[in-house]
Amino acid sequence: MPDNKNKDYLNYIDKTAPKSPMLKNIALAFVIGGLICVIGQLIGDFYKKVCDLDAESAKTAVSVTMVFLGALLTGLDIYPKIAKYAGAGTIVPITGFANSITSPAMEFKREGLVLGMSAKMFVVAGPVLVYGITSSVVVGIIYFLYKVMIGG
Amino acid sequence: MAVRLGNQTMALEKNVSIINTATVVGTKESEGPLSPYFDVKMKDAEWGEETWEKTESKMQKEAAKLAIRKAGRRPSDIHCAFAGDLLNQCISSGFSARELGIPYYGLYGACSTMIEGLSLGALAIDGGGMNAAIAVASSHFCTAERQYRNPLEYGGQRPPTAQWTVTGAAAAVLEGGDCAPYITHVTSGKVVDFGVIDQNNMGGAMAPAAIDTLCAHFADTGRSPKDYDLILSGDLGKIGREIVINMMNSNGYNMNDNYGDSGCMIYDIERQDVHAGGSGCGCIAVTVCGYIFEMMKNGKLNDVLILGTGALLSPTSSLQGESVPGIAHAVALSNRPGGER
Amino acid sequence: MQYLNAFWVGGLLCAIAQILIDKTKLTPARILVLYVVIGAALGAVGIYDKIVDYAGAGATVPLMGFGNVLAQGVKKAVDADGPLGIITGGASAAAGGISAAVFFGFVIALIFNPKAK
Repeated sequence: MPDNKNKDYLNYIDKTAPKSPMLKNIALAFVIGGLICVIGQLIGDFYKKVCDLDAESAKTAVSVTMVFLGALLTGLDIYPKIAKYAGAGTIVPITGFANSITSPAMEFKREGLVLGMSAKMFVVAGPVLVYGITSSVVVGIIYFLYKVMIGG
Repeated sequence: MAVRLGNQTMALEKNVSIINTATVVGTKESEGPLSPYFDVKMKDAEWGEETWEKTESKMQKEAAKLAIRKAGRRPSDIHCAFAGDLLNQCISSGFSARELGIPYYGLYGACSTMIEGLSLGALAIDGGGMNAAIAVASSHFCTAERQYRNPLEYGGQRPPTAQWTVTGAAAAVLEGGDCAPYITHVTSGKVVDFGVIDQNNMGGAMAPAAIDTLCAHFADTGRSPKDYDLILSGDLGKIGREIVINMMNSNGYNMNDNYGDSGCMIYDIERQDVHAGGSGCGCIAVTVCGYIFEMMKNGKLNDVLILGTGALLSPTSSLQGESVPGIAHAVALSNRPGGER
Repeated sequence: MQYLNAFWVGGLLCAIAQILIDKTKLTPARILVLYVVIGAALGAVGIYDKIVDYAGAGATVPLMGFGNVLAQGVKKAVDADGPLGIITGGASAAAGGISAAVFFGFVIALIFNPKAK
């Protein structure tokens, strides 16, 4: 349907549409995203020093804790309120991953615990798992072939 | 029987009156500038129902019942309901009609639905097959959000072009008879698509359809913008409204003085943080059935052109890369039969 | 010092994503996918671990760190188990985050209802 005769119009609305306040958005994303990472660092140091976990286990424990916090703050309706200002600052950290799983689960609970809540849990986060795990398998194949060739 | 004018307009022959209206709105709307004109203001988004879909259906049902009561009629006096909403398969309307027991036609015109209902109801009465009809439309922020966008608790930012779906339902009882205001003209709109892809810029997507129908209405009737006290579109929002003013100007129609958009009127845009304004079937519906009806009843407005605009997209069409088609239907309202001067 | 590094590296990764959202109309979901894939690629060639050494949680908390965990996991598993590790490695390494997200998401959703805005 759209064709070139409408190009002028599309240019016109592109020009007139108000733009997102870029600098403010970027600054907020930087500060809030950075702070979330600092919290992660604090939690990690706590696990290492107080709970005496080794570096690897501490990393996993940080992920699990941050995911819990993200899910909890979503349930309490706090995460979306921060996200309104933080934008990518709350999307990119792993707490945002938890938010993207918890929010549809809450929303679709009313359509049932199986076909609603559980089925819709991954509407936003599903692609991250699909592409993440697929990438890992691709990395694995390349790494395996590389080892065979070097070692062989 | 209506008289055909030009390509898209019908001038009604009978006097078709809007004998009464009713509105139900949510909390954000009752904090907005049009609050004094609404009948029922819900205290929360649920109104005692388990799901927001049920709430929206109840809003339609209660708006319809109240409008019929205010009109001094009983549901059995109403020959047909023309109702619609935004949800898949129009469930708010269907489930509301299940309770009302009035013969029912389900409509989908996106945000233009109320005006589509007024048009069809008026034409049906003018045609003589029925004497009383009711037009009903609704939208609910929470039901629309989950269908079109993200879960409510999902952390995301709305772009400045985004519009806020109105939680509101409205009903208007139409009858053949002598009780102002009258619906005098109906201009049916064409689907117009200029290729806007961005579903967060509905105003930009729908403005070409609005302009198309406005130009058709003026050409068909020989009228001009100054023949109306107010031209009200809904819901193009802040962005679409400016586009319409500019492009109507370049088409030779001056709309600077008497043109408003329900998306810009229903909220205090800055204070209520709604970005480009309101949207949803409820937006123009509660504005017309609340504010406009009241202003015509007390004679502050006598001739009003109402333009309902809709964006005919779905989440599926957007994912498949389709642009956003727009539609706009117009009805002319007047306090004088036939709108004669 | 580690805290400062975590702050600015983590903040920078978020700021870049914000630029992509505002400038390219890429949806957040696409950006997350992009970040995970980039993280896995940088992890595979060993660059991401250097960033982790420098920035700590500033690199592990953003979603790129998730991609890195997947890539590191698969390499380790291939070293230990051979070809079977190609399939098992990534998901095993990321099991903590994924299981936590599913479980906590489930429990929180059972307890809380979404609020109207």
